Order: sequence, then C-alpha cells, then structure tokens
Amino acid sequence: MSDLSNNKTCLVIGASHAGVNLAFALRREGWPGKIILYDTDTSLPYHRPPLSKTYLSHADSLEKNVLKSAQSYVQEQIDLQLGVKVESINREKKSITLEDGSRQSYDKLVIATGARAFLPPISGMDTAKHLYSLRTAEDALHIRNGFQQIDNKNVVVIGGGYIGLEIAASLKKMGGEVTILEREERVLSRVSSEELSSFFEKLHTDNGVQIFTNKNVAAINTTDTFNEIICSDGARFTADMIIVGVGIRVNEELAAAAGLEIKNGIKVDATARTNDPDIFAIGDCTYHHNPHYDCHIRLESVQNAVDQAKVAAAAICGREVTYDSIPWFWSDQYQVKLQIVGLSQGYNEVIIREEKDKDNCFSLWYFNLDRLLAVAAINHGKAYVLGSKLIKSGQQIDKSKLADPLEDFKPANLLLTSK
Amino acid sequence: MAKITFITRDNETITLEASSGSIMELARDHNVKGIDGDCGGVCSCATCHVHVAPEYFSKLKAAEEIEKDMLEFEDTTNEFSRLSCQLQISEALDGITLKVAN
Repeated sequence: MSDLSNNKTCLVIGASHAGVNLAFALRREGWPGKIILYDTDTSLPYHRPPLSKTYLSHADSLEKNVLKSAQSYVQEQIDLQLGVKVESINREKKSITLEDGSRQSYDKLVIATGARAFLPPISGMDTAKHLYSLRTAEDALHIRNGFQQIDNKNVVVIGGGYIGLEIAASLKKMGGEVTILEREERVLSRVSSEELSSFFEKLHTDNGVQIFTNKNVAAINTTDTFNEIICSDGARFTADMIIVGVGIRVNEELAAAAGLEIKNGIKVDATARTNDPDIFAIGDCTYHHNPHYDCHIRLESVQNAVDQAKVAAAAICGREVTYDSIPWFWSDQYQVKLQIVGLSQGYNEVIIREEKDKDNCFSLWYFNLDRLLAVAAINHGKAYVLGSKLIKSGQQIDKSKLADPLEDFKPANLLLTSK
Repeated sequence: MAKITFITRDNETITLEASSGSIMELARDHNVKGIDGDCGGVCSCATCHVHVAPEYFSKLKAAEEIEKDMLEFEDTTNEFSRLSCQLQISEALDGITLKVAN
C-alpha cells in the first residue's frame, strides 16, 4: 500500500450512496491522499431502495445489499469510520470535530448527510405501540421484528408516497391486513400524474390493500392492545402497527451551523460545490440546478447521489465536469416495476402508450407542447430506455404513432419525419 | 465453485471464484471496473452490462422480458449482451469469460 501521510486529506460526512460512490470515484480520479468516510450508521454501507422492498419482505441479508465489500474499502485505502458522529465543521481551521471531541483536519470536505424520516407532530404519536418510520437498515429490522410480534396483523400506513406504497406492498406480501391513509386526494400526489396515481391505487386495491384518501391523521390513542388512529374528519382506524411515511427532512444542520448557504437543502453549483470552495455537498441533501430542465431542485434518488458523487470527485481532483443528468428513478411493488426518466413538472399533455397483448405494460409520455419531458414506464423497460434516449436527444416525436399500439415501438418509427 | 473471468474496458483480466450470488455481486465485491450495479441488482439501471463469451451464452438461463427491454436500445448492446445482476453463479458457469460493456 502506498503511504498517504504526506498528501492531502478529503473527509466525507455520510457513507450512503453519495458518500461511498464519491470515495471510490476519488480514487478512480487519482486522489493520492487520505479519504476518511464517516457515518453514524454502524452497518457496512448498503443499498437503501431494497429496505422497503425485498429486504423487508424476503428477509434478505444486509450483506447481499452492501454498496461495496469491506475488502474494497481496504483495497482502495478508504478509511471507513462507522458509528461515528460529526459534531461540527470549523471552516476557518478547515477541520471537523467528532462526537468524542477529537478533531480531524481536511483539505477538502464533502457533505453527504442525506435526510431522515419526517415524523409529523401528531398527538399521541410518542406513546403509540409499534409505530415505525423507515430510513435505515435498522429501521427495516424493527419493522420486520415488530410485524412478527403483533398478534393481529392490522397495519396502517400513514402516507401514500413511494415509501408508504412500497412498505404496504411488502407487508401485504408478508400477510398483513394493510390500510393506507393519504392526506391528499390521491396517492403519489406530490410526485406523479393522476394517471399514475390511479394505476397504483387500483394495483393496491386489487392486491387487497385498502386506500383512504383525504385522510389527515389528527391523533393516535393507544390502549393496552392496539392503537386507534383518529382523522380530522372523524374517521377512525385501528392498527396493531403504524408506519409513518410522510416524507423526509434534509440533514442540513451541520452545513447550516457552518454558515453554508441553505435553500431547500444545501445549495451547490454545477460541480456540487457549496459557497465554500473547499466544501462540496452531494446527494439527497443538496439543492442544485438541473441544466436540462433549467430548474433548481432537490432530488431524493440513487441516480442523483451517484451522479453528483462523480461530478464532485472530478472537481476535487481538479477536473471540471458539470452535472447534466436526466434524473431517473424506479419503484417495485407486487409484480410491477415502475421506471421514470426525466422530470414531468410543467407538462401539458400526457400520451399513454399501451402495448398490445400485454397486461399491465404501458408507458406515460409527458410533453410540454412538442418537448418530451419525462416517461413513466410500467413493466416496460423498453419505453424507459427509449424515453431516456429521446429526452437526451430532444428529437421530435410523432405523437399519433406513439399513442397507437399497432405502430412498432422502434426509435426510427416514432420520430417525426420532416416533410 | 465456478471460476469467472472479467475483462474490463481497459483490458484488465480479473479471474474470481464463487459458488453463489449473482455475477454483478461478485464483480462489485471485488471492485471490477465498469460494473457499478447502481440499482442494487433489480434490473433498473443497466450499469452491470456484460458481453458473454459466445460458447457460454447458451448455457445461461434465458433473459426475462425486462432485462431484454433494458438492453435493447443500449449503444453497447450486442447479441451476447446480458445484465450481470440477472446471472446467478453456479457450477455450470465454471470457466465463463465476460467482457465488461461500459
């Protein structure tokens, strides 16, 4: 192994998708110095998406879901400090202070602190039995174990976003009687179109999960044996287990206390740099510009974490690469795979492409006039991949052919030919 | 035990041994360049794309629709393309060679 002691030090706070990918990308970019990666989580860094899916329902091991093997960190001389909390950042001295009072100086610092589950202030929540949220592997284990302990398997999921829907599908598979309470008039209201919301509402209903919309949870009363959930409209639901999946709060406190610019997350430029030239921020915790859509956004996704990690690693090593990704995302529920590429905000037309002779296989194409903004594909990887290409290239699409299931689903056939 | 050989885009040859798990997991655990497995192995990202040596291609369990879909319009796809997260390691794959596509 090479001696890193005379070289510069890069510290990374947070060892999930963003932080871990950054550390390995730094080595690929040729960073010669120390890399120290800190996280409060004690597990070897793992993939988060499976936590609400197979990790819950199939009781997969965490080893199967690690981001990198323990050996890979050693090989790449990445010093992984797990179970360690960073207390503060001192920008003037270019150092951080850990929980035990010790200090570590840096040349470059990367904040990849992500987010935490938001627990809304609901009366009685602190005394509720078997109430869980999900962000970490430990949270998922608590849900698994809690589910085994409860006698009746009545579960109420508060929040019909992706995490709520995925947990509902997993617990249903595990034998639960599952009810979803959504505050808005449809599930996924914050993140998707009405067409997609209705598809997922039907999917869950067909699988025996009950969905109630316009249900704002006001209070939880807990007796010796169960919880009673009371909504503002007076509706009541009993639950042996409650899952709260109503969104996240960004872990921006360290950055804020250090005086870094905060705006719906930690504000970064196209190279993932904060307003301090030696401090970068990546992943769920950042508020950044997406040049393809010319908008500022905060994204909770693996894609954004991985892509910002690559950009920041290059910048730290003196190579300017700017972030220009088309966001992508997926969700697995029951036998359905949803894949989304692009950002649909600002759409004024949705074209539905169905595939003949195939059930539950279709795609939604979001346009603003002639510009394709995003594609949401249900069990249709082809639409997802083709959509990605067409969004990138900006080629004009023949909408009538796209909408016609008898037209071949081939790139050349779907493009608008100039006359 | 199966012996599995990866050839990266830099022409580095890495031979590994394993008896279970997916080929993507094996590559990830040994830091094989170009196999990222960003989605964790659920056929959602196509960052574990490999070209299988022709003589072994037919020995593999056929690809499901979603895997074929994900590969169809990729620039680096050829007739021996697979997503390595979908390839489970078994004795039958002993001696296989895979070229990393990206």
